[in-house]
Amino acid sequence: MAVSCARYGLREMFLGGVRSLDELRSRLSIDGQGAEIDARDLVHKEINDLIREAALSGARKITLLNVCGQRYIGTRLFLPHQDGKIEIHVYSTPGNDLGAFLAGHRIVVHGNAQDGVGNTMDDGEIVVHGRAGDIVAMAMRGGKIFIRDSVGYRAAIHMKEYTGKVPVLVIGGTAQDFFGEYMAGGIVILLGLNLKPGERHHAHYVGTGMHGGVIYLRGEVAPHQLGKEVGVLELDENDRQVLHQYVGEFARHFNLNAESILDDRFVKLKPVSKRPYGRIYAY
Amino acid sequence: MFSHLLPEFLVERRSDRCIKCRVCERQCPNGVHHYDTELDLMFSDESPCVGCQRCVVFCPTNALSVYPHPTTYRPNASWTREKLQDLKKQAETGGVILTGSGNDKPYRIYWDHLVLNASQVTNPSIDPLREPMELRTYLGRKPDTLEVEVCGDKVSITSRLSPNVPVETPILFSAMSYGAISYQAFVSLAMAAKEFGTLFNTGEGGLPREMREKFGQNAIVQCASGRFGVDPEYLNSAAVVEIKIGQGAKPGIGGHLPGEKVAANIALTRMIPEGTDALSPAPQHDIYSIEDLSMLIYALKEATNYEKPVSVKIAAVHNVAAIASGIVRAGADIVAIDGLRGGTGAAPKAIRDNVGIPIELALAAVDRRLREEGIRHKCSIIAASGVRCSADVIKAIALGADAVYIGSAALVAMGCTLCQKCYTGKCAWGICTQDPYLTRRLNPEIASQRLVNLLRGWSHEIKEMLGGMGINAIESLRGNREHLRGVGLEGWELDVLGVKGAGE
Repeated sequence: MAVSCARYGLREMFLGGVRSLDELRSRLSIDGQGAEIDARDLVHKEINDLIREAALSGARKITLLNVCGQRYIGTRLFLPHQDGKIEIHVYSTPGNDLGAFLAGHRIVVHGNAQDGVGNTMDDGEIVVHGRAGDIVAMAMRGGKIFIRDSVGYRAAIHMKEYTGKVPVLVIGGTAQDFFGEYMAGGIVILLGLNLKPGERHHAHYVGTGMHGGVIYLRGEVAPHQLGKEVGVLELDENDRQVLHQYVGEFARHFNLNAESILDDRFVKLKPVSKRPYGRIYAY
Repeated sequence: MFSHLLPEFLVERRSDRCIKCRVCERQCPNGVHHYDTELDLMFSDESPCVGCQRCVVFCPTNALSVYPHPTTYRPNASWTREKLQDLKKQAETGGVILTGSGNDKPYRIYWDHLVLNASQVTNPSIDPLREPMELRTYLGRKPDTLEVEVCGDKVSITSRLSPNVPVETPILFSAMSYGAISYQAFVSLAMAAKEFGTLFNTGEGGLPREMREKFGQNAIVQCASGRFGVDPEYLNSAAVVEIKIGQGAKPGIGGHLPGEKVAANIALTRMIPEGTDALSPAPQHDIYSIEDLSMLIYALKEATNYEKPVSVKIAAVHNVAAIASGIVRAGADIVAIDGLRGGTGAAPKAIRDNVGIPIELALAAVDRRLREEGIRHKCSIIAASGVRCSADVIKAIALGADAVYIGSAALVAMGCTLCQKCYTGKCAWGICTQDPYLTRRLNPEIASQRLVNLLRGWSHEIKEMLGGMGINAIESLRGNREHLRGVGLEGWELDVLGVKGAGE
């Protein structure tokens, strides 16, 4: 009776047993512009219901306590008729897609983050006091992400920029393979602060298919670690200004000394063509 | 390199009719026609002719004929003219052969092997001109049970309902992005959808900001692997959000809008710099499994405050029924399936012509599988690819679709002649081009009227056929295979379709 098993085996993946806002209101305390949410045992929809409720009630700084793997924190905050951006402090481990489609708000994570930080993020800022998983900043098109430690695979994949909107990703540690794949715009800075002396960055296929934007690398990479669509360049004065600004911000977030980081050698990776695959077709 | 290719079309000009008005010269973007001022004569070079028939239609004296070039190699059932030409083209360029629109190979078209039922004696037929006939369709997830509360005169629904979007006819315009098609063509689709009360699909090229307020409620917005033009306002302006996993014309591969087509306004809508290639990766890199798909479905539901149905569009491939089941279980409210004959603005010919399965088989298999698993009501099914007429629509619904997407049919209504040269960006009809000289040929007021006429005509025909079957609401036909019979099909085909042979 496979059929009846299937019939009764289907459960709502995430929405089964979701409690209403009224049942959860005790988890939320609002004090003027500040709010606190106890996220223990809540599912992601419940947390975002509470965050949205707090935001609509006028809270501008929301602290989430006991977060443990819940996804999409901050995603449901597209509030075009609401003035002012919201700052969310997350203790301590948010789940996947933190700040996905983020609409200009600020998220500070006091702990590690998982996969998909800032997925297709539109604007705002995410600061992670720890490490982050795979596809950090995937398809990000605006705002800034600062990760104190290392990130996983495919970070900065398909980041893109247009007009004045340039996304920025700064990573304190190192990254895994396919770093900056398909990048079409934006500024990515990989600092390698946790590499041992003489240790190279771990990623292979860095910047494969890259056709826009720029990656700044501190620390060593071998030529075979790079995609064939990128070229290695020395910094010019403009690059130094960019680094000064964003490494400075990074250092302020994590109480580090920007000058000593900037003293080391950086190289710049740029795509060799805006059209890496322009010649493969017969018309 | 000297080209060995034969011309594809022959251009014939009747000199007794030609008045040398040079309309053909102006209308042809490929430079076929040419006026020689010294000789006061019109000349034609047929080698660049794509057979789009623009010059023929616009010639005021009907002096032109364009037809497939009679020059051919020795006839050979295996090594056809097309195979030889493609082979020579690749020998000359070393490239991947591109093509446009849908698969034109003679795979069996199951629509043409299915016939519909009509009432005779035992069940009265209905006349839709004088009796109510319901085509309105609600797209989205339906509840398992419906609980109502009666309080005096008031009846209210107490079950939790998922968002549903009504359409006045089960015909939607399929995904065609601004960039692939011209702004004028894109707006025409939006205007027609709004006027008729149905939906158009933005494809993955974004929705221009100035259109969001006016047309958003008739838009299905896509979130595809390139994430072009996706921002929170875009998602929230739409009626439906669709995750594009695959496309019938090119299952398994990504998209590639060449940099020369990424002009200022397209760049702004896609949110990328001007002149860069718009590369859509083959997979969505945040989706490597059904679980990951679920993650994106719920990310989109979160981003739109659970107010909009989320659709997942896949190409029809092997095991499509199991895939669709996974998609529904992952939380999708709509499953869109695009079959073997689905169109495209550009795809490698090898893939367009050889990858995927026919929509009729895929649709029937998915509908049956979801029913067997007791989850058919949890999603709406939209079938796409090669829907050419109202009879195809009604057969699709009888095979289990809630609605169909039409792409090629809508383009043909606007002027397209399926010349398959969409990828050249030189569409003489102003549809699949960004050249302002060509795009201004398409007047959205007129083109949208053609589309509305098409929807009206088809809807009327659907009502007539429904009435003939004695059915007065389209939803009574959905998945109702008793109203279909197969003609000229083999046993296994009837089994997959779930249809009896004619006479049974």
